[in-house]
Amino acid sequence: MVAQLSDDAGTADTLALPGDGLREGILDDLRSRIGDAIIDTHLVPNDDLWVRVRTDAWRETAVALKAAGFTWFNFLSALDWMPSPYGKGEDDPTAEAEEPDTEIVQGVTGGETRLQVFARLDDIERHVGITIKADVPDGAPVVDSWSTVFAGANWHERECHEMFGIGFNGHPDLRNMYLPTEFEGFPLLKDFPLVARMVKPWPGIVDVEPMPAEEEGPNS
Amino acid sequence: MTDLSDRQQLSYIASQAADARLNVELETEGMTLNIGPQHPATHGTLRIICRLDGEQVVWAEPSCGYMHRGYEKLTEVRTFPQVTTLINRIDWLGSFANEVPFILAAEKLMEIEAPPRAQVIRTILFELSRIANVSLFLGDLGVQMGAITPVFIAFRDREYVLNLIESATGGRFHPNFDRIGGLKDDLPKGWIDETRQTMVKLREFCDTIEDLLFGNAIFQSRTRGIGIIPADVAKDYGLSGANLRASGVDYDLRRDQEIAMAWDKTDFKVWTHPDGDSFARCWVRLQETRESCKIVEQLLDQIPAGPVMTKVPRIIKVPEGEAWVSTENPLGVMGYYVVSKGDLGPFRVKIRSASFNNISIVPWALKGVYVPDIITILASLYFILGDIDR
Repeated sequence: MVAQLSDDAGTADTLALPGDGLREGILDDLRSRIGDAIIDTHLVPNDDLWVRVRTDAWRETAVALKAAGFTWFNFLSALDWMPSPYGKGEDDPTAEAEEPDTEIVQGVTGGETRLQVFARLDDIERHVGITIKADVPDGAPVVDSWSTVFAGANWHERECHEMFGIGFNGHPDLRNMYLPTEFEGFPLLKDFPLVARMVKPWPGIVDVEPMPAEEEGPNS
Repeated sequence: MTDLSDRQQLSYIASQAADARLNVELETEGMTLNIGPQHPATHGTLRIICRLDGEQVVWAEPSCGYMHRGYEKLTEVRTFPQVTTLINRIDWLGSFANEVPFILAAEKLMEIEAPPRAQVIRTILFELSRIANVSLFLGDLGVQMGAITPVFIAFRDREYVLNLIESATGGRFHPNFDRIGGLKDDLPKGWIDETRQTMVKLREFCDTIEDLLFGNAIFQSRTRGIGIIPADVAKDYGLSGANLRASGVDYDLRRDQEIAMAWDKTDFKVWTHPDGDSFARCWVRLQETRESCKIVEQLLDQIPAGPVMTKVPRIIKVPEGEAWVSTENPLGVMGYYVVSKGDLGPFRVKIRSASFNNISIVPWALKGVYVPDIITILASLYFILGDIDR
């Protein structure tokens, strides 16, 4: 395991591990299991793998991946792709407000809805992970629960439910974890205002020195 | 009963009835035991609600949220360099280790890499924060079972490590030292020799704790065979770090992934234990502290010359994309899923903290155990409240 620093960086040996032939193989395996449920995939060679599946196949995907060796549950959460209507809190409060961006652009593997659930599973034998995404219908934000497939998903889904307002079909107990029961709103949605930032401007902006010009280079 | 008189029969029936009445009166109806949020064994403000039948737990549920600070929301109104100040405070005992995966995720999106010297120093500081974190666990472990001495030794020796972190970074608990593209500063003069001496002290600390605690008959009887977590349950709940390895699963991200850090330049052993009980979890952590000392000592000999910072623009804009980077932190696997839209700050950061998953197994693990074991099982699972609530 002891290797020297500079010499073998960039040689064929280091590039071969853990080759994307591995991830291609995983994709092929997954296609043979739930082929028609896969909508889009995104593979960065030697780095990472994303798969987007149909919403109704969300739970089925977990079962298939568990059977395919992805037995270690990493996390489950959601993404809100709507740009924040409030802008960034650190902007200069005296400056003219920019027109807020309203275009919803989903990340890698695309999507059609504002909200997406995403989860990550790892194969700890082959040391490879996979990120699974699924659209959450805009009108009725409900997907199937993973808690019967991976027990660890229970808490992640509870967190996701209180932070994004996404329901999970078949979850035993969707109580709030952090917030009081009577709390209204879903804090991690982009249109939930961060009130502390709105009533008081970001203090970091007050005595900030003007930035030197970019061409002076780093650490100048 | 034929040879008994009526009178005897009646008294027999009466005594049976009295017994039955007594049984009804003495029947344990179940009791709700509330541990925390201020119990010293909960390392912060975790509250555990247990339903007891006699001395046995029939149902347990941790109640989180007493320290929820909403970091995932706050990162959305920060710039990328500002985020490290926040995430320092997730696992406050191993702060530097929290910064590393986030910085690596940002660097991955920017397609830059820290210079070799910065990578090695990062790894050294990462391992030092692991030692600072786990040494407190090893001392605190005794307190949970009524042994006072180990905690004094642990606090004394942890101080040496904190002094090292302070002299290199300027912060004892919250270094905020990692930068996108490298490190804030180089190491101070004489730091390498000082670290070498400290590692000798820390090895002695491990030996002392092993003698004091792990060989102790009371400690063994309180932890052996208690709170057993089988490997498949551990994987289902996403347990990580020593909790997973104590169940016999050989998984350590320091060894098992390609990452721009210097662990691949060292030779260390990933310890596992087949038992999966409280003792195994404590024992694996003890061995890990020794391995960390070994890693630091090896890396001190091979710090390459060169800059600690690569060229990055003064105003950092991270290109559009999504990246997931996780590392083997003191508490387990910690990772950040960073979504950038090409702005100054992240669009969304999902923080995957180790303790959240490690504690989600508590309702399962506490079922059927006795009241005194609640504390040892919680202690052996080892969580930091900031790491659960974020």
